[in-house]
Order: sequence, then C-alpha cells, then structure tokens
Amino acid sequence: MATKVIMPKLSPTMEEGQISRWLKKEGDKVAMGEPLAEIDTDKATMEMQALANGVLRKIIVNEGQSAPLGDLIAVIGTADEDISSLLAAPAPAAEKEAAPKPAEREPAPPPAPTAQPAPQAEAAAASAASAGNGQGGQPAPAPAAAAASGRIIVSPLAARMAAESGLDLRLVQGSGPGGRIIKKDIEAAISQPKAAPASQRYPRPVEPGQTAPVAGASAYRDEPATQIRQTIAKRLVTSLGPVPHFFLTSEIEMDRAAEMRRGINALDPDLKISINDIIIKVTAAALIQHPEVNASFQEKFLRYYEHADVGVAVAIEDGLITPVVRAADQKSLSQIAAEVRELAERARSKKLKPEEYTGATFSISNLGMFGIDEFTAVINPPEGAILAIGAMTPKPVVRDNEIVVRQIMRVTMSCDHRVIDGATGAKFLQTFKKILENPLYLVV
Amino acid sequence: MSTITIREALNQAIREELTRDEKVFIMGEEVAAYDGAYKVTKGLLHDFGPKRVIDTPITELGFAGVGVGAAMVGLRPIVEFMTFNFSILATDQIINSAAKMLYMSGGQFKIPIVFRGPGGSAFQVSSQHSQALESWYAYFPGIKVVMPSTPADAKGLLKSAIRDDDPVIFIEQERMYGNKGEVPDDPDFTIPLGVADIKRPGTDVTIVARSLMVPVALKAAEQLEQQGVSCEVIDPRTIRPLDIDTIVESVKKTNRVVLAEESHPICGVNAEISTQIMERAFDYLDAPIKRVSGADVPMPYAKNLENLAVPDVAKIVAAVREVAYLD
Repeated sequence: MATKVIMPKLSPTMEEGQISRWLKKEGDKVAMGEPLAEIDTDKATMEMQALANGVLRKIIVNEGQSAPLGDLIAVIGTADEDISSLLAAPAPAAEKEAAPKPAEREPAPPPAPTAQPAPQAEAAAASAASAGNGQGGQPAPAPAAAAASGRIIVSPLAARMAAESGLDLRLVQGSGPGGRIIKKDIEAAISQPKAAPASQRYPRPVEPGQTAPVAGASAYRDEPATQIRQTIAKRLVTSLGPVPHFFLTSEIEMDRAAEMRRGINALDPDLKISINDIIIKVTAAALIQHPEVNASFQEKFLRYYEHADVGVAVAIEDGLITPVVRAADQKSLSQIAAEVRELAERARSKKLKPEEYTGATFSISNLGMFGIDEFTAVINPPEGAILAIGAMTPKPVVRDNEIVVRQIMRVTMSCDHRVIDGATGAKFLQTFKKILENPLYLVV
Repeated sequence: MSTITIREALNQAIREELTRDEKVFIMGEEVAAYDGAYKVTKGLLHDFGPKRVIDTPITELGFAGVGVGAAMVGLRPIVEFMTFNFSILATDQIINSAAKMLYMSGGQFKIPIVFRGPGGSAFQVSSQHSQALESWYAYFPGIKVVMPSTPADAKGLLKSAIRDDDPVIFIEQERMYGNKGEVPDDPDFTIPLGVADIKRPGTDVTIVARSLMVPVALKAAEQLEQQGVSCEVIDPRTIRPLDIDTIVESVKKTNRVVLAEESHPICGVNAEISTQIMERAFDYLDAPIKRVSGADVPMPYAKNLENLAVPDVAKIVAAVREVAYLD
C-alpha cells in the first residue's frame, strides 16, 4: 500500500522544512530506514529516513522548496501501484496542525471503494494482454514477472517443469502472487504452444518448394533484451541525445605505418603487432599533445586527464564492450599489443572486471575488418570523443602531380561539443594524422 | 473393534502392558488412589496393587529420576506427569539422564521408560498450563516423541512406547481425552513408532497435522472438498523419529503444503518439517510452504483470546486456499 511521506518535525521548534537534497530519485527503490532526503530545518540540515519499503514514486516538494510540518512531500509505494488518490487528496488540515512526532508518516488511506483490488487488476491486465496475443501484428505481452524486477519469479516445481519441457520461462505469464509462474501456467503454456506465438522462440523454417503464407502485417518474435543489451541501450541514449556530437573526418595514408608494422613483426613474429595497436599508440601520443581533447564534460566543470586511457571497442556475442588500455601513452607497442589481445579475449569470454572496461578517457572503434570505409561512432559518456576507424584500402591518390596508389584509411572523430570545439578537435586529428603517416614521430 | 474414548484406550494399553510384563509399573501424582487426575489410570490400583501403581509426592524431578534409576536396573516405568507443563521441572532427568544414558554408558544402560501425560491447550487454564512442549523434547537425540490423535493410535502407540527400549515422551492432548473412535480388541494390537498415518487421502494440498490439529484439519479438508480442493491429511504420530518419507511422497503428489500445529511457530516442529520438505522436495513445490501455528504469545486466559490463539478450521482453510492460489 502506498505511504505518504510528510514533512517531519526534526527539531523542537521546527515549523517548516526546506528540502535541501533528495537522496533518492523518483523510481528508486527505498528501504525502511534508508536516508531519503536532507532537510534544512531552522537549526540544521537533517537526514530524513524512509519509513516504508518500496519505490519512491513521486516527489512533491522539490529541492530548494519548503513545506510546513505534516505536508505531503513524497509518496512511497510499489512500482505499479495507483497513487493518484494520494496525490489528489491534499493533506488534511489536522495533519498540519497536530505537530507530528519526528519522522512520522501517515499510513495511506484505504483504497477508494471503486478501485479494483490489486490481484483482480493484475488478472485483468494479464487477460487483456493475452487477448491481444493471438492477433497478427500485435506485440506479445511483456512477461509480467520479468518486467517488474528483471527477475523471473517462478515456483520450484514450475521451474523444473519448464526445464524438462524446454520451455523458455521468460515467455510465460505468471498467474501467482507477484507474477509468480506456477504449475498451472506451465501446463497452460505446454498445452497450447501454437496458440501462443510468443512461446515459439524461432520462426519455423519454410520447407523448400513451399511459400510462406503472407497475411497482414509481418510475423515477428520478441526476444527479451539481455542485461548487456539494456545497458548498451541505456548508455547510448545518454550519449547521442544529451551529448551534442559533431564529426570530423580525415583521410590517412597508412603506407609507412603498415611498413613499420611489417618491420617490427619481421624482427620478432611473436610480437604480433596489429595496425590497431599502432593506432592506439598514436592516439595516446596525440592525446598527450592535446590534453584539451583528453577531457570530459562534468556539468559544473571540465575534467582533463593526465594519461591516455584508451578504450577499445570489442564486439562480443550479444553486444560490445570497451576494455581500457590504461596509460597507453606510457606503454610500448608490444605492451599495448599483448594487453589488447588479452583484454579482448577475456571480453569475449565475459570475464572482464568492471574496472577493466570503464573509465576510459577516449575510445577507438574499428570496423575496418568488416570492410567499412567510414562511419561515425557514438561517444561513450563521459568521454569527450571517440575515433571511428575505417578499412585500410589501396586507392589512387595524387602525389607530386602524379597518380599513385597508397594505403588509405578514413577516420572519423565524434566530439562532445561541450568540451571540445571544432578547431580543437581538428588540431588533434591533424596531429594524429601526422604521427600515423610518419610513425617515426613516436620515437622522436 | 470397540468404540471407546482416548482416555479408555490409554487405560487399556497400560492395563494390558501391566498384565503382559511384570516389569512394567506406573507412578505419578494421583495415579493410584485418585484413579488419575484425568482418570487415565482408573481402576489400576485396585487391579494391580500399590507396588505397580504408585502415588508420588509433588516432586516431578524426584520421581522422574526414580523412574530413570528403575529403568537402569531393568524395570519398565511409566511416569505420568499430571500435565506436561509440570515436566518442565523434570527436564534435567529427562534430558540429561534418560536421553543420554545409553550413549554415555557406551550402550550398557538402556532406559525403557515412558513419560506420559496431557499437553497442549485445555480450556481456560491460561499461560502456564496450556503449553505444547513437543519441540523441546524432539530436539534431543536419545528420546522418542509420540503424539496420538485417535483412540486407536493412542492405544497402539502407547503399547509400543512401553515395549520400546528407549525413553519415550508420550504427549496426550488434554482436550481430546473424551474423543471416541474404533479400537481393535486384540491385546497385541500395536502401532510401530516412527510411522506416519494418512488420515485422509487427497490430491491437491498436503496438510500435515498432529494431535489436536488432526481433527481440525480433517474438518477443514471436508469444507475444502466442497470448494473443489482435495486435501491429503497426514498425521506423523511420532515426531522423533519423523516419518518424513510419507510426507515427502505426499508433497511430490500435491506440490503444496500446509503445516498445522498447536504450538508456537518459532523453532517449532513444523519449522523442522518445513525444512526437511524443502531439502527433499524443493523441485516439487509449487507454492511456499505455509504454516498455521498457535499464536506467538503466552496462552491468554480470556476465552475469546484463547480461541484466537489456537488454530481453527477457518485458519487452515485460508492457508490451503492460499497455497492452492485460490485467493
């Protein structure tokens, strides 16, 4: 049941309080006793604790605003509870006048008689969702148990039955308390596999010589988003949306870099230096020369990094991850090569520790091996920029008024305009190009 | 078969064992001249004389110790506690002497003794006289704990307890002495200790109940049958050793469990049964195991509060409906 959070009496003489800071956001889980907000009283800034378990559903009094004792300042409830009646009803005058005890909160009033009891509402929602299930072009119902917490709630028996029948629990609607999947749900799912397209994981291949009947909108299947896919989605919309990107492209002659790579690997084949390793090294060198690019925007300040911690995007089975080569500016090519190999291997087997794939100061994404000539990459906030590397291909170019063939690679730098300006980025890219075209600069 | 009360069934069992084995004797407060505080020992002094049927002073620790000593030298005492509430005074003899003697003597001294008497709630005898102490005694290795719920079980189990070579705590239910049922007339009718009884077969929910909760669970099962829920009622009858196999078999069939008991819930017998079910039948559970226990308060004296503190049919029905996902 939803609980009102009211302005508590935090000092004997307090008559109103000002919200100094909410320590939880709307939608955050709160547990009883957890600090919920800091409140400026007439005497001091005091911490207010949550007096209920649940989710901080609504903040009514924002930071910097004041409210008299007993006024409703927030609502704690379950994630999907209807709290409109709490929000509509103003706090009774009596609550304001009677000085509440410290951190007192009023229990929510009983639900209005018209409100449906929760289980019925759930059942209604479930049946409404499954009614749409059979219609072409309708999305499959979101699995309730999985959707609420990202975790499937299932009875041990139902879990075993599902495992034995090869049923994907993520696609079963639970009818028990809190969406728990129970025996009955599994039996229903097993008995009607064809009626529920959602339980069919992969489209059935069409037999040769047969034509798949086409009727109405295309059939489709819904795959639950994995944790990593959800994280990628969350991270990237915080990038391209709020971060003002601009893009700088440059064409780089790679013959000398390729020659250097051949030369080094000829000295010792075990080194296995790749062009990408050279690009990392050159990036790091250019970043040290252009600290204004090795930077991030931090709302109230700009942060400049001492070292070039270069993130290297690695494609993995169900997404991508950017292991970080720390202080690449201080490492030799062979060190970088060995480190990248080792990190990428562990990235693919998902054995990276969080500190190994977070906190880069700049990133590189290379799609050259896929034959991509040129592309733009999305900045991984709070980094200030990312460099997208295209394929190295022989191309005719004009040198000294003659057409010659050179290994050409196009790179595109995405910059966060809040910290990097056009000219700043361009200068960095100029240095990057200069070193990469003449890698001897690395040893100068 | 005769239809008799639990009181009469217990009296028959003691009488038959006194007759069968001259090493058997019974002692306790008021068991002889007064025919027993609950008349379980009615007529025994008259028929067997003061050497076999012995009145003791109000000294529970003392006569429990006399019983343990008698058992050590080869007799088979039945020690009656006027109620098990008074056995609390005798726990040192029961736990430290009776339960440990066989082990600590390296098998030299077996203790074939029965401590018996009424336990659980009565009617308005308040906190100190309404206690279900089975979990106390069942805690200790070396003791068997038996709780009958019908006249036949009372007779068959008490005879087995008297013939058993280990100390047995035999807890009767004070409210149930007058309950009637059919009992075999065979003087050698016994029921082995450690074997549960399916009091009512069913398919949807397993109710495990003992002692006073058995008739309550059976009434609940009747009501639930009309609501379309088929309950299997299992009476373990012996708490230690516990026939967990019978319970687990039932759970594998029904996938849902309600555990009813008169005692307090914390560290109670049903907490143990619940754990064992989880350990052995986790993959068969379709709902969390639900306990229905006595209130976690000292037994109130007031009639209305006492009624609320003891599990009743409505509480068991509600619990069954919950685990069957009907509400």
